[in-house]
Amino acid sequence: MKTALVTGGSRGIGSAIALGLGKNFHVVVGYANSEDKANDVVQEIVAAGGSASTVQIDISNAESVDTAFSTVEKEYNSVDVLINNAGITQDNILPRMKEAEWLEVIQTNLTGSFYTSQRAIKLMMKNKWGRIVFISSVVGLSGNQGQANYAASKAGLIGLAKSISKEMGSRNITSNVVAPGYIETDMTSFLDDENKENIIEQLSIKRIGKPEDISNVVSFLCSEESEYITGQVIPVDGGLTT
Amino acid sequence: MEANEVFEKVKGLFVEDLGIDESKVTMDAKLEEDLEIDSLGIVEVVMAFEDEFDIEIDDEELADVSTVGQAVNLLHSKI
Repeated sequence: MKTALVTGGSRGIGSAIALGLGKNFHVVVGYANSEDKANDVVQEIVAAGGSASTVQIDISNAESVDTAFSTVEKEYNSVDVLINNAGITQDNILPRMKEAEWLEVIQTNLTGSFYTSQRAIKLMMKNKWGRIVFISSVVGLSGNQGQANYAASKAGLIGLAKSISKEMGSRNITSNVVAPGYIETDMTSFLDDENKENIIEQLSIKRIGKPEDISNVVSFLCSEESEYITGQVIPVDGGLTT
Repeated sequence: MEANEVFEKVKGLFVEDLGIDESKVTMDAKLEEDLEIDSLGIVEVVMAFEDEFDIEIDDEELADVSTVGQAVNLLHSKI
């Protein structure tokens, strides 16, 4: 059975992706701090008849990434699927944004995915098969007020993903981006009902997205059926961007 | 390790990892022209060498390597 590593797999979109991939892969649920929640996701995958485990991985730290990959490699021989999902926000309007807020978000969201992808690709090249999916955001395509750092990091993932697709296509490694719109998670829990109504008004499909809406697309991009799709950005946003 | 032992190991990696015909792997063989290894293939070979011999190879050191023999000499000098 192939192995899939989901960074930030203990919560929100990441946990939905982990559950979705649990149908076809051994899933390694990567977590930075939420070990208990990661264990809950593992139990849910196992209860559904799948196979899963956890690994502690702080993607902003190259050493932590290296250790986590070594652990997974030792136990399961490879990482065939990598979901670069972990990310943080530190919102502030640009004139007030501190350098630390900028650097931390870029370090985790963008540089962190460089660490994980580089490590995973070395394993995938040996196997001549691999799937990498980056969870970006529609704000990486459109920008967003108060999120210059986050939007820049999410736009950066697109350049990273597309470059990997060109470098690695000849080795049956695909690299794609899913760009979620408004999805119900902890990260969007600050929205009140009025905010939500305003958002829904902008959408073609009149509801806020669910983590499963993202998970379904990611599962497809990790399957054999998607082998001819690479270097693409797929917004999953209810028609927010058209 | 003797140079010819290094050569045998190198040959093994080319044959097993890259599926290259054993008879083509000679000291004079050019990596790109004769063995048809693309640029990514060179990277794969280097990574395999690093694992096999537990060494690190800098990009600068690779600049002068275009034949199997040159690769063997480089590796031999580093072991």
